[in-house]
This record gives sequence, structure tokens and C-alpha cells, in this order.
Amino acid sequence: MKETGTRLRPPRNQFDRRTLPWWRVQLLIATAVPVIPLAVLGALIAPARPWLLGPAIVIAVVGLAAAVAMPIWWHRVHRWEVTDTAVYSLTGYFWRTWRIAPMSRIQTVDTTRGPLQSAFGLSTVVVTTASSAGAVKLEGLDHEQAAALAERLTEITDATPGDAT
Amino acid sequence: MTDAEPADEGPAPEPTEAETPWRRLHRDTLKMTALFMAGFAALTAVPAATGIASGTSWPIALAFVVPGAAVVIAAVVVPDAIRLKVTHYRVTGTRVEMITGVVFKRRRSLARERIRSVDLSANPLHRLFGLVKVKVGTGESGSGSGATSEQTLTLDSVDRAEADRLRAELLRRAGVEADSDAEQRLATWRLGWLKYAPLSFLTPLLAGAVIGAVFQVADWFGRGGLPVEIVADLVERYGPWRVLLLGLVAVVLVGVIGSLAFQAEAWWGHRLDREPGGTLRVRRGLLVNRSLSLEEERIRGVEVVEPLGVRSAGAARLDVVAIGLKTDQKNADLTTLVPAAPRPVISAAADAVIGPTETELIAHPKAARTRRLRWAAVAVLVLAAIVAAVHLLWSIPGFWSAVVVLAAVLAGAWAVWTALDSYASLGHGLNRGYMVARSGSVRRSTVHLDRSGIIGWRIKQSVFQRRMGLMTLDATTAAGRGHYAAIDGDEHEILDFADETVPELLRPFLVGDEPGGE
Repeated sequence: MKETGTRLRPPRNQFDRRTLPWWRVQLLIATAVPVIPLAVLGALIAPARPWLLGPAIVIAVVGLAAAVAMPIWWHRVHRWEVTDTAVYSLTGYFWRTWRIAPMSRIQTVDTTRGPLQSAFGLSTVVVTTASSAGAVKLEGLDHEQAAALAERLTEITDATPGDAT
Repeated sequence: MTDAEPADEGPAPEPTEAETPWRRLHRDTLKMTALFMAGFAALTAVPAATGIASGTSWPIALAFVVPGAAVVIAAVVVPDAIRLKVTHYRVTGTRVEMITGVVFKRRRSLARERIRSVDLSANPLHRLFGLVKVKVGTGESGSGSGATSEQTLTLDSVDRAEADRLRAELLRRAGVEADSDAEQRLATWRLGWLKYAPLSFLTPLLAGAVIGAVFQVADWFGRGGLPVEIVADLVERYGPWRVLLLGLVAVVLVGVIGSLAFQAEAWWGHRLDREPGGTLRVRRGLLVNRSLSLEEERIRGVEVVEPLGVRSAGAARLDVVAIGLKTDQKNADLTTLVPAAPRPVISAAADAVIGPTETELIAHPKAARTRRLRWAAVAVLVLAAIVAAVHLLWSIPGFWSAVVVLAAVLAGAWAVWTALDSYASLGHGLNRGYMVARSGSVRRSTVHLDRSGIIGWRIKQSVFQRRMGLMTLDATTAAGRGHYAAIDGDEHEILDFADETVPELLRPFLVGDEPGGE
């Protein structure tokens, strides 16, 4: 076995800073879904109040803490890059995943924008290949940047002959 | 066809390629359906009639059952007659087309150049009338936005001569001369290979299914507890040990017979041929004749699969990694080129399909073994905790205590053995442009994946792997399962390996010895 120190360098680009509030709102919504019913019930049903408000407070505190801290961390961890030959992304911290899809094998380029995303001017670009496991998802690009990227990728893939399998 | 999704909907055929006449499915298909339904009706009507007659009288029973059976038969036969009447197909110079449907006219059209497989099958009823079901597949399976659009066209049924004509015509490639040479036999099934069938996981599964079926049937007759009563009775008469032993023997015997029957039905008379024009053809089946023709252009590699039982007998199975053949559990044996057979036969067949496959594999770092042993240790701890909990919570008699401890010890030993064995399986290598990766213990698999079929990398490293310097390299491909992994390689060496396997793809993202930005 060769003794080399070869390693992957992280992709160059971070996602748009607006992903921070976007992630935060998502986390807050996820927190609110259990907390609000618990709080309302707790207000209405006096005998069970400690049993309902207790968990509500715990979930709310954890959720708020996560909403403040997690996005900052995610923003640092998740990265992406598009070169002339490939799309490259890194996601996750505990389970890091690097995905590389070569330009010549890209089949479709989808740009999607959820209601929450568009409120923050963000878009998601999904690059798929002919493999069911090969998709690279770039979540949280500025939507103009995403449109330009999708256009560029589509141009490059259109110029590639063959059926990319 | 109701199972076909509309690929191309439109009105009646346009007269552009009018020179090719439209053909109809074979008339006898209707007789086949009628016969099948008559058999089905008879099978259900007789018990039903007996049941009703026992409560009332035979005339009343017949008055109910006969019209009922007639309605059931008509409900299937009439639509089928209409389907046969309205279904037309033709093969033009560039396309295969099929029109079907009454209210919703459906037209499906496949480009001939996209056709990758032609699948013929004939169950005993088909064979009685000399018919064959033809399935034409294009191997289109996009993954864009989760929309899979695998396109197939099924002709149910045409006669044998027509099926062979379609198969030959649809897979004939422009520019490939069909007369180059005759078929080349790559593997031929032997009766002796059946001996591996009982070693498969089908054996315990079938035994379990039979036991389940016994209870089910007893339940139908309203005597769900009967089997238990019989067993209790036997235990009383002959003692528990003898019954347990005999029961085990009986269950194993049932499983063995069942798996032998399954394997024989599926693989009887199996032949793997290379046909002129670059297609592989697998023919097999005792009752249901099956023939799968697969264009070699779509083959991206092979997978040598060694389930534990089969491996212990020095045998293996050869699967193909091809585009347009899904490896879902339901039709898993569609991808199998050669069933369980001695290792040398499998190696020879693999060599015949993709060229020499003998590869020196690079072993994975010792840390991978440590990682597996740690999982085993966790399993052992959990088992120990369970045993302790059982003993603390309930005061159990000595016999059961011994059983619980013994089971836990065996399970623990099994966990440790699997850890060591699965580490021994790990390996990867490069052989004439094929990425070779081996892994697994219960189902050891060695994949040989054509590097031109690798359409991306997915590299994973968990926190635990990072601390041990390990990394999993997953090659994504359009063929077979969609991705094939070299698990737990050395985190630096595996990247060099990926770089060597598909040059230029990973290079821009690699850095050398200097510590790259964390």
C-alpha cells in the first residue's frame, strides 16, 4: 500500500448567508408544531398543567437553542462547488458525505423554490445523473445565482453527446 | 394493457408509416384466459358448493354457485376479449408501437435503438397453446425529481414463432452482421447444482411458510388451535425431546424439498449464451419457460454473490450489473446469469462475460476490523444486559435459564465471527478498467464494475470512521443497484484508488500531503 496523505479538499463555496434565517424559520416551525398544542392544552386543562407545560417548555428551549446555534454550524459545514468538469458538494458533520457528479454524466438540472425559500430569495438546484444514488443537491443558493448556475449546467450538458450512462 | 403507463398518448394511428401493417395478439390468448378462469372458478366453486350444500341442499347450492362462477369467468374473459380485439402492435424501421384501450386509447411507442432487453416467458398454460408473453424493455430509468419512467411494452401473448422473430428483430443492431458466427455457450446448468439450493436462505423461509400455512388452513376451518392441540397430544404421548427432534427434522425436510422444487422450477435447463450481434441470452425454467435477452452494450459489470450457506459449499452465483435491469427483491433472479454453482464455473462464466476477472484485492486497514469487533462488542453487551434483565426480573426455572444463556452465548459468538468474517471479505482493486470491490459476510458480494459505467462518486465518512482513518467509497452508476461501495478503506489510499479508477474526475478536489483546510 502506498503511504500517501491524499485527502479531499472542501468545496470552495459556502451557501448564501440567507440560508441562516431560512434554516432558523424551519427549525422554529418544527419546534412550534408540538409546543403550541401542548401550551394551549396546558392553558385549558388545569389538572394536567405541569404534565403539558413541562414538556412544552423543554421542547421550546431545545428548539430555540437549536434554531440559534445549528444554522451557524451548518452554514460552516455545508459547501459546494461547480467546476468545468464536475459538481462537488459536502454535507453533514457526523456523517460527512462528499458527492461528485461529472459534468458529462449530468442528465437533468432542476431548480426548485419552496414558499419559505422564496421568502428568503433562495433556490435549490438538484443535479441528477442516470444513477438513482448520484443526485447532488445544492440547497440554499441565491435564486439569481441558482438560475444562472442551472442555465450554465444545462448548456454544458446539452453540449455533451451520448445518453450519459 | 392496464399495467402500462401512458408513454405516448394519442388518437388512432396516423398514416405516416402506413407500409408496416398492424398486427394483433394471438387469438388463442382468449382460450388461455378462459381455461385459466374456468380452472380458478372450479377450484373455488367446488368447496363453496359443498359448503352451501351441507347447509341446504345441492340444487340450491348449484343455483348460487353456477351463475356466480359464470359471472366471475365472464368478468375476466370479456374484458380480455375486448383487449385482444383493440390491441395492435407493429415494428417499423425505427419504432415499436402498440395501441390499446377502448375508452382511453393508449399508444405506446418505443424507439428501437433504445431497446435493451427482450424478455420472453411462457407458463404451462401458454405452452399448452404454444404462446409466449413478450416484454420489451428500454432500460430508461431516469432519477430526475424522483420520477422513474422505466418504459416497457408487454405483448400478452403472441405465438412462439412470432416471439422469436420479434426477439431477433428487436435486438438486431444496425451495422452488426448477424451471420458472423453462431451462438456461443457460456454456461450450462447441471442437475448437480441443485444440491446448493437447500443451502440458500429459502430453506428456513419455506419451512416457516409451511408452518404458517398449516395454521392458516386450520383457521379457515375454524380450528385455529388444532395444530397446537395435536402437538401437545404428541408431546404427552412420546415426550418433549423426541417430538422436538422429529419436528425439527420434519421442518428441515420440508424446507429442503421446497427449496429444491423452487430452484428446479426456476433454473431447470438453464443456458447462458452469447448470441451474434452482441446479446446475452439466459434461458431457463421447468414449468414457466423464461428467456431473457440482454444487450451487452448495457452491461456495466458482473457481481459474484456468495450467500453464507452457498459459500460454505464452495459455490457462488453470478449476477449481471446492467442498465435497465432493476435489482428489486421481487424479480431479483432476473439479474442472475448463472445460479448457485461451483466457484470455478462461476469464475469461468464471469470471465466469458466481461473478460478476465482474477484480481488481487487490497485488504482494508486493521481499523476496519476493530470497527466491526466494536459492533460485535456492543451486540454482546446488549445480549448480556438482556440475559441479566431476564434473570433479575423473573425467577425462571433452571432449564429456561440455561436455554436463555446458551442462546445469548451462541448469538454473541455469531456476532464476533461475523465481525471477523466480514472484515476478511473487505477488499478492493482495479482490474483492466474494472473496479472490483468485495464486502459482506452473510451475503458476500464481489462486484466488478466497468469504470466507464461509473458516473460519479459518493464518499462517506462518519465521525467514527474519521477517528479510525477509514472512508467508504461509493461508485454511482446507472446500472444494477445504482451504487456499489468499497466499504471502510484507508482514508488516503481509497482516494488514490478512486482517482486511479476514474482519472480526472476526483483529481481537482484532491490535495496532497499538506493538511487540507478542515
